[in-house]
Amino acid sequence: MRYLPLTDTDRSAMLSEIGVSSVDDLFVDVPLAARFDGTFDLPDHMAEFAVEGRMARMAGRNTTTGDVPSFLGAGVYRHHIPASVDHLIQRGEFLTSYTPYQPEITQGTLQAVYEFQTMVALITGMDVANASMYDGATSCAEAVLMARRITRRNRALISGNVHPHYSSVSETQAKYVDIDIEVCPPDLGGTEDLTSKVDDETACVVVQNPDVFGHVRDLSPLAAICHEKGALLIVVVTEAVSLGALQSPGEMGADIVVAEGQSIGNPQGFGGPHVGLFATRDKYVRQMPGRLCGETVDADGKRGWVLTLSTREQHIRREKATSNICTNAGLCALAFTIHLSLLGEDGFRDLAMLNHAHASRLVDRLGTIDGVEVLSEAFFNEVALRLSKPADDVVNQLADHNVLAGVPAARLFGAGKGLDDILLVATSELTTTEDMDALVSGLSEVLA
Amino acid sequence: MADRKYTEDHEWVEVDGENGVIGISDYAQEQLGDVVFVELPSVGKVLDQRDEAAVVESVKAAAEVYTPVSGEVIEVNEELNNDPSLVNTDAFGEGWFAKLKLTDPTELEDLMDEGAYKTFLAGLS
Amino acid sequence: MSHSRDLSRASAGNTNGVVETVHGHQGLQLEEPLLFEIDNPGAVGVDLPEPGAFKMRLGGLERQREIGLPSVSEPEVVRHFTRLSQKNYAIDMGIYPLGSCTMKHNPRLNEKMARLPGFANAHPLQPESTVQGAFELIDGVAHWLKELTGMPAIAMSPGAGAHGELCGVMAIRAALDDREGGPTTRRRILVPDSAHGTNPATAAVCGFSVDAIPSDSRGRVDVKAFAEKLDDDVAGIMITNPNTCGLFEPDMIEIAELIHDAGGYFYCDGANFNAIVGRVRPGDLGIDCMHINLHKTFSTPHGGGGPGAGPVVLSDALAPFAPVPWVVHGADGFSLVEHADDAGDAKPFGRLKGFHGQMGMFVRAYAYMLSHGRDGLRQVANDAVLNANYVMSRLSDVMTPAFDGPCMHECLFDDRFLKDTGVSTLDFAKAMLDEGYHPMTMYFPLVVHGAMLIEPTETESKRSLDDFIAVMRALVEQAQQGNSDAFAAAPVLTPRRRLDETAAARQPILRWTPEVQAAEAAE
Repeated sequence: MRYLPLTDTDRSAMLSEIGVSSVDDLFVDVPLAARFDGTFDLPDHMAEFAVEGRMARMAGRNTTTGDVPSFLGAGVYRHHIPASVDHLIQRGEFLTSYTPYQPEITQGTLQAVYEFQTMVALITGMDVANASMYDGATSCAEAVLMARRITRRNRALISGNVHPHYSSVSETQAKYVDIDIEVCPPDLGGTEDLTSKVDDETACVVVQNPDVFGHVRDLSPLAAICHEKGALLIVVVTEAVSLGALQSPGEMGADIVVAEGQSIGNPQGFGGPHVGLFATRDKYVRQMPGRLCGETVDADGKRGWVLTLSTREQHIRREKATSNICTNAGLCALAFTIHLSLLGEDGFRDLAMLNHAHASRLVDRLGTIDGVEVLSEAFFNEVALRLSKPADDVVNQLADHNVLAGVPAARLFGAGKGLDDILLVATSELTTTEDMDALVSGLSEVLA
Repeated sequence: MADRKYTEDHEWVEVDGENGVIGISDYAQEQLGDVVFVELPSVGKVLDQRDEAAVVESVKAAAEVYTPVSGEVIEVNEELNNDPSLVNTDAFGEGWFAKLKLTDPTELEDLMDEGAYKTFLAGLS
Repeated sequence: MSHSRDLSRASAGNTNGVVETVHGHQGLQLEEPLLFEIDNPGAVGVDLPEPGAFKMRLGGLERQREIGLPSVSEPEVVRHFTRLSQKNYAIDMGIYPLGSCTMKHNPRLNEKMARLPGFANAHPLQPESTVQGAFELIDGVAHWLKELTGMPAIAMSPGAGAHGELCGVMAIRAALDDREGGPTTRRRILVPDSAHGTNPATAAVCGFSVDAIPSDSRGRVDVKAFAEKLDDDVAGIMITNPNTCGLFEPDMIEIAELIHDAGGYFYCDGANFNAIVGRVRPGDLGIDCMHINLHKTFSTPHGGGGPGAGPVVLSDALAPFAPVPWVVHGADGFSLVEHADDAGDAKPFGRLKGFHGQMGMFVRAYAYMLSHGRDGLRQVANDAVLNANYVMSRLSDVMTPAFDGPCMHECLFDDRFLKDTGVSTLDFAKAMLDEGYHPMTMYFPLVVHGAMLIEPTETESKRSLDDFIAVMRALVEQAQQGNSDAFAAAPVLTPRRRLDETAAARQPILRWTPEVQAAEAAE
């Protein structure tokens, strides 16, 4: 077997060194009743080319966003990834290294994490960020738990326009730890007013910007009310590229920003692995979940980096930890860092504006189609449309015409919730005029 | 000094009239190593004897500090926020944690005095 | 002995291994500033087309302020990260014997498969008819995992091992609530004192209190002490098997019967499944759920700290409570259940993650499973256990094994062999760095004094193990010769020497700012 270096000669030499006659003698602690001697319903080993052939056939059964015009978004976006990003993250020194517990020989990972933390803090407009979380949705849930630790209040208010996966993961995480979560009903017009719901018992208010229907809003008034009542404002961002075009959540008064970083450096990958961003104010850093990398000096006085403030974490605090999280999304965070390094200040802002330009142009064209009502006036690269037919049917019909038209809102919120005719449509820098032509003519035809 | 009393978990309380100052012993700070952070209770909090009063963190460990006596927190050592190393350099002085207004001074009778604590420490090694 | 290197620490310590150079580079070991320090306004690493004319519709919320990102060209970015990479140790470079972390070879075929456009460019919310291949893959991985563990059901969405633990314990909580028709009155989860820290942390975030079970003198769960703790307040038990001492828990079947008789559930932490895959089906031991770290047993890369994937296999008793989503196989092919409303008789406890789980990790794991096949996976367990026992056997005369008898996939030593040398487990590990080796896991599990937990994995050759053993033996000899100062000073040959963790934690500097840079320049 190509991945197993021991030969039979090695094995017998090693067994005799140990002083046993067969490897079975090393499994003596396994009770007889637990030893499996049956046959698994699984194939035997395969040559590399056989594996490749079989998996390529499976992959080939998918029609993907690279093959046909695609307007899918809703928390996962198709963006270009520069070739050097994937090259660099596949360097074995990054790919096959462990969590940097021995800082003397993992300064590469640590310095990259420090750069990641700095970049996340910069684009969100916050003071400090952690080394990443599993994904945006789990970041959101952790932010709610953190707000409770800080405020010692146990009511959380979640906007109805937060991505349903995010609110649902938050509800699940909070279920057994005595946090009372209210998820508001969705608000298609994007004018939801939460200010009257914030009171002296509110731990946090969670809002998304741009929201799940694409609306962009100024969150400053809501931030002011939250702070007046002693509650924290948690801002969710599911499209990280939007941060290049919009005022940052930090500027609007957010206390915690959680985001999905997939858009920068990471493929859609059918939903994972992605990278959760988590940023907050300096004063809350010791209540933050997840790993943190900090600057220090070595025995010779040279600058270096270490994982720090680890006493918050499970391996030390055990049942008193801030979270049970152990792993972050190291390699995805590295891809994010490399891509954002390539973009730089100007590139990131230009990329964001290009995304917006394409969306704006698409909206101009969609508005002319009978049976399509564009619900968003202020948006970034994604908008909600009300169709004259069920969105699910429309999407399936367009898929037959080789157009991935977008995400029916009912796919996220469930069918029969009054959103069956709503379609979410996203663009990116990769959207071409021909793509838009295909969507416009497809929708015109199906809705006629 | 005669008024300083100890617990088997290495907390101390020093009584002054109806108030008591609490902290951790020199032995405790040595066991923890370099203290990097102390999470102090909020002023006004009412604690029962053995309630968690603070958390003291070193690089590799975190330990809960339980109050040796019941009382209301009337003052905390804000200096520890700027310089947690005071716990290492002066555990019985500038490294104090909080001042409590005692609610049940009879609890002091159950605690060890200096001599008893020294004997207790000698038995640990 | 095949080596002839001078292993003396003292000579390295005298010269400090350092030559003065203009930029601080040491031969191929290159110093590299932060990206923010090579900022060159005007430089770009991407070329983007002009957007052309369009109507701005950002609601008057256009970003006004500068972000502060550095501007760097592509060649500089490539060089920056290449140089950073060279400051890392990695499994591609040598043995990485971190016990309980399972650092094994990461086949590049797995990476290639994960990058097939059909997988990498699939969007999770495409119409189901367009992603049948993706569902087929998830279903395929699920089948392998259920088959290998002998368990009837699986939840695929957890994002890592600890997330899988959360999934399993939440399923236990949901099952108890369901059985009792309201919030369960059972409050305690029993966890051995040798457990990984995530176990008690997970129990706590599910609203349970943690009750520690002592280990016996053989490093196993003390079954008598466990049985005495059982009552109708116990919700369940979490046991790692093989355990964190690298030993198989021989009483698993009895423990399962006892916990079930007491009305609780059995969580098995599958972090060490790689030791028994193909030889033992955990389902045959009577467990109710177990997470599987795909990066350990099925060799998805660790990537410097994730991403992981932690699917959880479930018994019939817990299966109805699995979180959404899951794949179902119908007459028209595969489809997905994404909402509790569509779950039929099932009672999902909620959702743990956005979308459908760590698909990219499933692809890599599947490539690994197909490559090994059922026959190869059994050999994986055999060779992992053989390698660990070989290391233990060759080091037992100079180091002190924590327990008698054969181990499973990792061997555990305590620090008795360092007694009176003035060398601590940490110092010993740091000396290994100068020898070009990543140390073993230290000071874990907590139940053994000065623990050193060595997991070679099945992908080390005999030659690699012999080299490692030679270094360990030489270091033991030096420690016992009274070289403690040299150990305390180690490492001296690494890109950085020991770092001041106290300073880092007392005054945390967690990001670059222009001010920090200015302050450093002034010093």
